[in-house]
Amino acid sequence: MVKLRINGIEVEVERGTTVLEAARFLGIPIPTLCHDDGLLPAGACRMCVVEVFNGPHSKLLSACTLPASDGLVVQTHSARVERARRVLLELYVATCPRSKTLQDLASRYGVRQMRLEPKNETCIQCGLCVRMCEQQMMAGAIGFAGRGASRRVARPFDRTSELCRQCGACLYICPVCELRCHGANAESTLCNGCLNFSTVCLQSYNDAMCFLDPCHACELAGPFRPDVQLKLRAEKSAK
Amino acid sequence: MPKVHGVEELEAFRQSCLESREPQRPCLTVCAGSGCNAAGAQDVLTALRKAVERRGLGDTLDVKSTGCHGFCEKGPVMIVWPEGIFYNRVAPRDAAEIVASASNGRRPVERLLYLDPVSGQRVLREDEVPFYRHQQRILFGSNGRIDPKAIEDYFRVGGYAALCRVLSELTPDSVVESVNRSGLRGRGGAGFPTGVKWEALRKNPNHPKYIICNADEGDPGAFMDRSLLEGNPHSVIEGMIIGAFALGANEGYVYVRAEYPLAVEHLRVALAQAEEFGLLGDDILGSGLGFRIKLVQGAGAFVCGEETALIASLEGRVGEPHPRPPYPVEQGLWGKPTIINNVKTWASVPHIINRGADWYASIGTARSKGTMVFSLVGKINNTGLVEVPMGITLRKMIYDIGGGIPQGKALKAVQIGGPSGGCIPASLIDLPIDYEQLTEAGSMMGSGGMVVMDEDTCMVDVARYFMEFLEEESCGKCFPCREGTQRLRGILSRICQGKGTEEDLPLLEDMSWMMKETSLCGLGQTAANPVLTTLRYFRDEYLAHIREKRCPAKVCRELIVYSIEPTLCDGCHACVHVCTTDAILGEKKKLHTIDNAKCIRCGACLEVCQPKAVLVS
Ligand SMILES: Cc1cc2nc3c(=O)[nH]c(=O)nc-3n(C[C@H](O)[C@H](O)[C@H](O)COP(=O)(O)O)c2cc1C
Ligand code: SF4
Ligand code: SF4
Ligand code: FES
Repeated sequence: MVKLRINGIEVEVERGTTVLEAARFLGIPIPTLCHDDGLLPAGACRMCVVEVFNGPHSKLLSACTLPASDGLVVQTHSARVERARRVLLELYVATCPRSKTLQDLASRYGVRQMRLEPKNETCIQCGLCVRMCEQQMMAGAIGFAGRGASRRVARPFDRTSELCRQCGACLYICPVCELRCHGANAESTLCNGCLNFSTVCLQSYNDAMCFLDPCHACELAGPFRPDVQLKLRAEKSAK
Repeated sequence: MPKVHGVEELEAFRQSCLESREPQRPCLTVCAGSGCNAAGAQDVLTALRKAVERRGLGDTLDVKSTGCHGFCEKGPVMIVWPEGIFYNRVAPRDAAEIVASASNGRRPVERLLYLDPVSGQRVLREDEVPFYRHQQRILFGSNGRIDPKAIEDYFRVGGYAALCRVLSELTPDSVVESVNRSGLRGRGGAGFPTGVKWEALRKNPNHPKYIICNADEGDPGAFMDRSLLEGNPHSVIEGMIIGAFALGANEGYVYVRAEYPLAVEHLRVALAQAEEFGLLGDDILGSGLGFRIKLVQGAGAFVCGEETALIASLEGRVGEPHPRPPYPVEQGLWGKPTIINNVKTWASVPHIINRGADWYASIGTARSKGTMVFSLVGKINNTGLVEVPMGITLRKMIYDIGGGIPQGKALKAVQIGGPSGGCIPASLIDLPIDYEQLTEAGSMMGSGGMVVMDEDTCMVDVARYFMEFLEEESCGKCFPCREGTQRLRGILSRICQGKGTEEDLPLLEDMSWMMKETSLCGLGQTAANPVLTTLRYFRDEYLAHIREKRCPAKVCRELIVYSIEPTLCDGCHACVHVCTTDAILGEKKKLHTIDNAKCIRCGACLEVCQPKAVLVS
């Protein structure tokens, strides 16, 4: 067992516990975007930074990856942490303004302005889908490709992967792609969303399988991509 | 050569190496470092060897190719031993004369001696050349003397004596204690006290332990580690073996970028020689210490120099950092305790053992000890590699060693510490260079890149340039760095185009601060340094771009206009020939004008205009 101090409260936790877990044990919520209890931490989103003190010095470290250790002194909501999260969230909403998760978090942190140009991206590269696919679904059908600005979630060689079982777990865990219903649209094709959330539209419209815009993850996921669907349909009707 | 089985045997072999060569025998050492090679050092070597052969001097005059001497600006450079006569800008046709003068003690070849631009006098010896006189060359001291591919040469300059001393007289604890007392700090960038790191590894009960030499050196324009590996690879290997003894490691790695083929080759040769001599292997010099070094080549991603990314790359995973703690000394390579140190850090260790921790601690300032190697580049007369004691002032670096700014221009700023170092303004020229002072000024020691900028440099453009590099090199794993570098570059580009607003400045500051605070690794944490320091010291320049849509240094293309001064133009027509967009109108012998709609502001006409009639405003 190790003893540490979070926001002035002493807490004893088992060795190997992270500061994020210890804080949650105390009921202190720390915002996260790339963390999931069932997955190994990545430390990619940086939302969970906390201030860690060492004598007169302190620095910000990600709580989800920080192992609790004896004598650790942590502040989870100091002014410095809150300001860092606020500016970070301003950058997040400017990158993916349509994400409900990000909007909610930003408004909770008092982000009242968007000084940056909105980008309308559909992925923050939290890596949850990749880790979900690998660590929980044991498929490993998607991963990261590229570096820096061109880094993205991708399938091997950008082809439909045989490893993908279309389980939809990637979609389920994504904090950014929202299931956006755009009404009946006969040309729209099936996306993974339907597999997990049995939407009414499935019963009401025979042709239009789905009203949902395929999200980033399932667009990649394979047979449900619109172009693939159209091809399959064409093949079927040719028979 | 047979295996050496003990310390005495090695000392005896060293003695025989020394005796096999009369110390006063003349020797020509030609720098074959990357800079001099590019300037034609290999041809000079061939010509010298031929000249020696032609005169039948093979037994009395040696010709040697060595590693970098540092004064790359004047390459190819060479030294005539034993006098230490320094020749610069040597060409193959000088060979006969050099050999003649060296072989019969005649006067040195006057025209090849270094001409001191300040005094106008020729300088005879290397140590009298101002560029070298103010340096203190500890790590690079032997570079001009030894053939990096000959282990015997390294023995002759006292190589592996520190290892002998360690194995026969010292305990692991006392080695760690020495390193600690010497005050040595990591030369890879962060300047973490090496002794503290070593102690932490020693205390770690887990086994096995690994040691790694970080030779990734991804900073653009930096070639310190490269030159050391190319010129004196055994000094790095010796440091690592001593480290293995002190830390109880049996396996070591050198991670070197594949873009350094010569360093890789010399290292490979040196490792093979060390193994042959029994300096690496199962029972090193009969001491029972078993240690081997593997050479691993990296594919040249800047971020792979970061220690956790380097370890990931060594393990065959994607070279992306992961958050510390746990630090490599706790969980490093394959999850085992690992020490990772820079090339120069390792190479400092034998010197500390040989000459004592107190000697090392006597060099430098209160908290930064020893010497630091800088690559001095940019708008400076003497570019090259410079090794100086910590605490030297910028003034001394730039004017005494660097020989000042070309064409008598004014110094504007110095950017220290690689791409994410800060820009220090000319007003801080008396700043002593050490870890603390640089950090306070908003910059950092980094790995020792030093870019000198003159009055013609636009600081906003500089910030934009470095951000562009970092945007490309960011691994993209964590959000603040990946997105932040893109956004900062975007805003800076906008300001350079005259489209910035005053609100951009606090936005730049907020984003920079946030990246510094929240980024996962050192790259993102330091990426904003160039922006923050230019904002701090050159805010006026930002404001001139924003308010007046004016680039004071006349660099930013969107903000400058080229014109021809009618009273100066003599109608020579030269500008018309170089203009690629046909923007210049006018007939020969008549007044010329520039069509601003067509002009792309490339500056070609400016360069060719003899009467200096082309104006930029
Ligand atoms: C982006 C980045 C690049 C780095 N590149 C290098 C490098 O090329 N060489 C190096 O020795 N250290 C580099 N470092 C520092 C290493 O992470 C590490 O601190 C160093 O190798 C430790 O050795 P030292 O204690 O001897 O300095 C880099 C760090 C960062 C954040
Ligand atoms: S697709 Fe969604 S879950 Fe996957 S990395 Fe992007 S934001 Fe995260
Ligand atoms: S700070 Fe930049 S380089 Fe470092 S992990 Fe984050 S994205 Fe990668
Ligand atoms: S939750 Fe910790 S970095 Fe994302």
